Amino acid sequence: MKTALQARGQSRLEGKEPKKSRLAEQSEKVYPEQSERVKLPETDDGTILFRVPFPDDLKELHNMSPIVVKQPYHIDYIHSYGQDSPFFAGLSNGKLLGTKCPDCGYAYATPKGHCGECGARCDWVELPKVGRIHTFTVCQFGSEEFLKETPYMLILVEFEKFNTLFLSRLIGFDPKKASLDLVGMKVRPQFKRNAKFKPTDVYFVPAE
Amino acid sequence: MGIKNTRDVYFVSGGISKFAKARPDVTFQPMVKEAYDYALKDIGMENKQAQEVFDGSVASYFSDHFTRQLMAGIMIQDYLGLCPLPSHRAEGGGATGGICFQEAYKNIASGVMDVCVAYGFETMSHVNTWKGNEFIALASDVSFDYPVGGFYSGYYAMMVVRHMKEFGTTVEQLASVSVKNHNNAFHNKYAQKRRKLTIKDVRNSGMVAWPLTLLDICVMSDGAACGILASEEGVERIRKATGKTPKMVKVTGIGRGTDAMRMADRPHKEVILLPHEKASDYKGLKYPGIHSFRAGRTASKLAYEHAGITNPLKEIDFVELHDAYTSSEIQTYEDMGLCKYGEGGKFVESGAPFLPNLDYGLGKMPRQGEIPVNPSGGLIACGHPVGATGLMQAVFALWQLQGSMKKHLGDDTIQVKDAKRGAIHSHAGTGTYVTVSILEKA
Ligand SMILES: [Zn+2]
Repeated sequence: MKTALQARGQSRLEGKEPKKSRLAEQSEKVYPEQSERVKLPETDDGTILFRVPFPDDLKELHNMSPIVVKQPYHIDYIHSYGQDSPFFAGLSNGKLLGTKCPDCGYAYATPKGHCGECGARCDWVELPKVGRIHTFTVCQFGSEEFLKETPYMLILVEFEKFNTLFLSRLIGFDPKKASLDLVGMKVRPQFKRNAKFKPTDVYFVPAE
Repeated sequence: MGIKNTRDVYFVSGGISKFAKARPDVTFQPMVKEAYDYALKDIGMENKQAQEVFDGSVASYFSDHFTRQLMAGIMIQDYLGLCPLPSHRAEGGGATGGICFQEAYKNIASGVMDVCVAYGFETMSHVNTWKGNEFIALASDVSFDYPVGGFYSGYYAMMVVRHMKEFGTTVEQLASVSVKNHNNAFHNKYAQKRRKLTIKDVRNSGMVAWPLTLLDICVMSDGAACGILASEEGVERIRKATGKTPKMVKVTGIGRGTDAMRMADRPHKEVILLPHEKASDYKGLKYPGIHSFRAGRTASKLAYEHAGITNPLKEIDFVELHDAYTSSEIQTYEDMGLCKYGEGGKFVESGAPFLPNLDYGLGKMPRQGEIPVNPSGGLIACGHPVGATGLMQAVFALWQLQGSMKKHLGDDTIQVKDAKRGAIHSHAGTGTYVTVSILEKA
């Protein structure tokens, strides 16, 4: 059956009785003439496997090897930083921002829009120019996106008068020389010139 | 706070599909069915009877990314022939299985159901390990943590570095957890990795995130597990259907806790004390920081109070805990109060969490066998198909308390003798959700 829209559109364009849809035309053709078979169009891309081994006795299908196919899967994901957006704007201006609760004074080195201690809306504040390594690791492995960057060093940075920490990369230190002595070392932030609006727009280097 | 007892809840049967690197021979539904059918068979129940005896289910699986299939739970429900009975999915990262077990508990305790089946699975072989690491890393803050190159082994490495710095924990102490769990799993046919290891093997295996090596970390896995829980009336119904009384275990305590998703956000508060501890034990300790799991402590405290446990080390016979990392096993000893905060390294060195009857090649350990931890081999050796893991631990605990290890494994080496009470512990994120449940011989 044609939709009202199709019927209206076609009659307006052609000024006469609406045409039959393609599917309707095909279905009329198929049945009287078997030689003109209706077919889904086929393409040459992707996996084409001819003559998969198959037994005569269907009972044997329980022993058939499983078919495994690889399917590429890619999406562009539209990620919003929402209330954290000023942090990323700050990085592009060479500023490392945290937040502070105006009511209870709790200070977040990784910004938090609302205070987890008392619920108030936090204010944006600049973090001190120097922090200390609270802990670290050297990643020799990682998730797919970062494999090519290994080995890289992750640190959690502590800042004076801030209650929480900040996760970042440590650059300019030989990962082979990493030891527990790194804990407590002074570090300072550096910023990428061309901001990508990612938390990696800032990284840390030894400050002493 | 405190959990009030409502109705008695019994754990009557369980099943596990062998954990494997990959199961291309089945999609997830029949894999769950393997565990489900085993649990039915163990109490002599026919599939058809189950459809009449069961009141509903809870499904446990963590990641929609790994299956690329939403609503997988209903596909299992339907495959098992349990439609149109009620069901829901439980999801809480690594703790998914533990949460599922507790949701099944709640169904029974509240009187909503008399017999509830908890089933879970994960199929992690569908992507490469590094992609799997990425999927799991998406369970960390995707604005601030993941894009810096964060992944779970890295997060745990940073946590244990701080533990080492503050408490003097050593890499050898970490490695001995791996030696213990792999050696235990050598006697567990369900485990993915059954190897006898030395501390040297662990340290010499490839570094993943310093100081954690490949053998300090659990592996990705395909697997399923299933448990059947029932009220007294439910047990009676099972008895009527099968003509047999199942060898049941009572669930006497449940507890659950949470913490900030971003470990950078962990605050410093007072230590949550267990009944056998005093505030003076932890003077000056910055807690939880990133060296301890406040969620694990909360879960333990609630579960212990519910079960009436005042000194876990003395009153629990074994623990199956979430050892995704050797380091997190050590951290968890402390959260569960098996030793004081900061003493986890020394605790493993003493031999207390080892089985008493096994030779681990570590020489004489003064406290060997005091409270076996992960007699099954834990996640490190069994594998970690996330949605199945917590239920797998529950099933091993059930078999320990039934004294039926030999029946299920064909080997009773890891059977804890005269086990009367056990604890299971399930853990997500860097300690974001944690569950502890207490099981006792009925
Ligand atoms: Zn506040």
